Amino acid sequence: MTESNTETTTETNTASTTGTTYLIRGASLTGGDRADLLVRDGKIAEVGSALGAAGAVVIDADGLIALPGMVDLHTHLREPGREDAETVETGTRAAALGGFTAVHAMANSSPVADTAGVVEQVYTLGRSAGWADVRPVGAVTVGLAGERLAELGAMADSRARVRVFSDDGICVSDPVLMRRALEYVKAFDGVIAQHAQEPRLTDGAQMNEGTVSAVLGMTGWPAVAEESIIARDVLLAQHVDSRLHVCHVSTAGSVEIIRWAKARGIKVTAEVTPHHLWLTDELVRSYDPVYKVNPPLRTDEDVQALRAGLADGTIDVIGTDHAPHPSEAKECEWAQAAMGMTGLETALSVVQHTMIESGLIGWADFARITSAMPARIGRLAGQGQPLAAGAAANITLVDPAARWTVDPSAMATKGRNSPFAGRQLPGRVVATFLNGHPTVLDGALNTPARPVREG
Amino acid sequence: MKHLLSTADLAKPDAVQILDTAEEMSAVSLREVKKLPVLRGRTVVNLFFEDSTRTRISFEAAAKRLSADVINFAAKGSSVSKGESLKDTAQTLEAMGADAVVIRHWASGAPARLAGSGWIEATVVNAGDGTHEHPTQALLDAFTLRRTWAKLNGTASTGTDLAGMKVAIVGDILHSRVARSNLWLLRTLGAEVTMVAPPTLLPVGSREWPCTISYDLDATLAAGTDAVMMLRVQGERMNAAYFPSTQEYSSRWGFNDLRLAALDASGRDGTIIMHPGPMNRGLEISSAAADSPRSTVLDQVRNGVAVRMAALYLLLSGGTASAAPAPTAAQEAK
Repeated sequence: MTESNTETTTETNTASTTGTTYLIRGASLTGGDRADLLVRDGKIAEVGSALGAAGAVVIDADGLIALPGMVDLHTHLREPGREDAETVETGTRAAALGGFTAVHAMANSSPVADTAGVVEQVYTLGRSAGWADVRPVGAVTVGLAGERLAELGAMADSRARVRVFSDDGICVSDPVLMRRALEYVKAFDGVIAQHAQEPRLTDGAQMNEGTVSAVLGMTGWPAVAEESIIARDVLLAQHVDSRLHVCHVSTAGSVEIIRWAKARGIKVTAEVTPHHLWLTDELVRSYDPVYKVNPPLRTDEDVQALRAGLADGTIDVIGTDHAPHPSEAKECEWAQAAMGMTGLETALSVVQHTMIESGLIGWADFARITSAMPARIGRLAGQGQPLAAGAAANITLVDPAARWTVDPSAMATKGRNSPFAGRQLPGRVVATFLNGHPTVLDGALNTPARPVREG
Repeated sequence: MKHLLSTADLAKPDAVQILDTAEEMSAVSLREVKKLPVLRGRTVVNLFFEDSTRTRISFEAAAKRLSADVINFAAKGSSVSKGESLKDTAQTLEAMGADAVVIRHWASGAPARLAGSGWIEATVVNAGDGTHEHPTQALLDAFTLRRTWAKLNGTASTGTDLAGMKVAIVGDILHSRVARSNLWLLRTLGAEVTMVAPPTLLPVGSREWPCTISYDLDATLAAGTDAVMMLRVQGERMNAAYFPSTQEYSSRWGFNDLRLAALDASGRDGTIIMHPGPMNRGLEISSAAADSPRSTVLDQVRNGVAVRMAALYLLLSGGTASAAPAPTAAQEAK
């Protein structure tokens, strides 16, 4: 990334004003040297060794890694409209437990987040919940219908200060509309996050098109349907000199196209989900819809290319695409089932397993792809900052040596649709600090941060 | 073997066992009293989410000839059309005492879902799921092929396989559950399979299938084949640009009168023409071909009952081939 982060939002979000001071003692800072972190008044007040602070609550972080609070660019909180699947409250509890201090709430709610009113509603729900910064994503087109632009400027100017716009779930397939959207959001430093899926090539698509779909007799979702849209979009972004973000990249060919575009200096960023870094379409042989997701699980060759692309910076960020569904949406035939997987509470562990324990990246890279870069793409102030004195105290403490077995029924999200159920994963979130307040302590929910009055 | 979901799951001894048992069941069907008491008191539910009168009555006849009680449940006009889920429907039927659920579904994998989800305990028989598989159709086709192959080789069919037999499967492979089930089963039994289709009607992943792929029916026929299985082609595929017109499809991939004449002139008198039905006469098969002595269309229907009797018997009795009773006069129902 060469672009400068010149225009960021300046809002302080939720912050602790309880006055409690915390001393995090002996944590390894982003996997490097050990240090103490003194957290006071929502900020990291001091970083050093053998810090003393009378009256501070001391947190023994021996063996733990301190990371900048994780930021998710791609979360489905389902509210308003599908409170049976998830609410802002339950989704952000899951986020906090997963180590996140900020989430971007996707626009495909009901009503769609395509007006200032809806994005402000979601923003306000997030503030009153107090578990994480909730940054609404605005719809690109009215009702996600792909016909005319939503009021992008009004959403940008609203209290929610939207900077990321997406019709996620549906591709902005009309090339003229996509061009206009890319151009228009330059007026307020916005970015279009594209769900790259050529609709005609994926009519009725159920899974990755390849050897497994041929055997299972399921309509294929070919890699070319993703790659052709990304190729078109990077050329459009180049032509109009705009920022493009590609959601949930899933194929080896997409990684190649994005690598090419970045080499040409095109302002494109890309995201990959934890599940696409690990799972493949071989799992679909079970016909268990817990593995039904869009874009679909691909092949091992794609998985390896995504890992390599994430390691070399072609792919910028992890986005969970956390997509909770009520159980009946998955307890049915594959073709009838909803697409999507939960991800907030497993993201850190899955990335640790696939990227860190495989030796591809270190914890400093982890901080880049889960915090610094997503905050930068979303233009979030107060998030994604290095763990240094003066920074907002958004901190995740991780025990990298822990091992745990995924039990969806024990999760904070309402969704029970985790594809990792029953797997043993490394790494556990021990504490999460949101602007100086511990939303998670000892691996369990603590209390929400109290919203501060907006100035 | 608890369920019959896919022919890919069938090991060769299992497949031969079903075919051998079907030979015995076939003998029953030739008697004046066509009934065995082996499944008396057992309940078989035909759960059909997709219209298929032929398959449903074949399963019904098979279950009744084994003295089972049969419940037919069609999704149309039922609780399913009121929004009931597969899970609730299946659990309701099981609560009414179903020992086996014969399921036909438009969604690929629905039988596997029913068998693997833990929703019900009953035995699940796949009677055709989406574009995935139709294992009893493949078994009845294999049964028909094995009789043909044994006759050509001058042997009895019981206990034999299809080693060396050349079978061409022609038509809409992409959407065909019959083609998939036949491929796995015929390969297991030793046959050599050629899939003949327009490239648009072959799955992308079929390049890795254990068969020869051909776009040229005439070349396949000229190379010599022991059986030609014509698949039903739906005219509406034309609207989705799979092929330009039914006329062009018919001339390139249909078993028309010209191809029948060429086959007759080739001297391969033993080559049979198969079709799972229902046929589109004049599209994938001409009337002359369908009605020729080579056609085994009605044999296939007849053999379907015997094969389904064998499958239901083996699944519900938990028996093996050696345990399957030879139908004796003493065991026949009154």
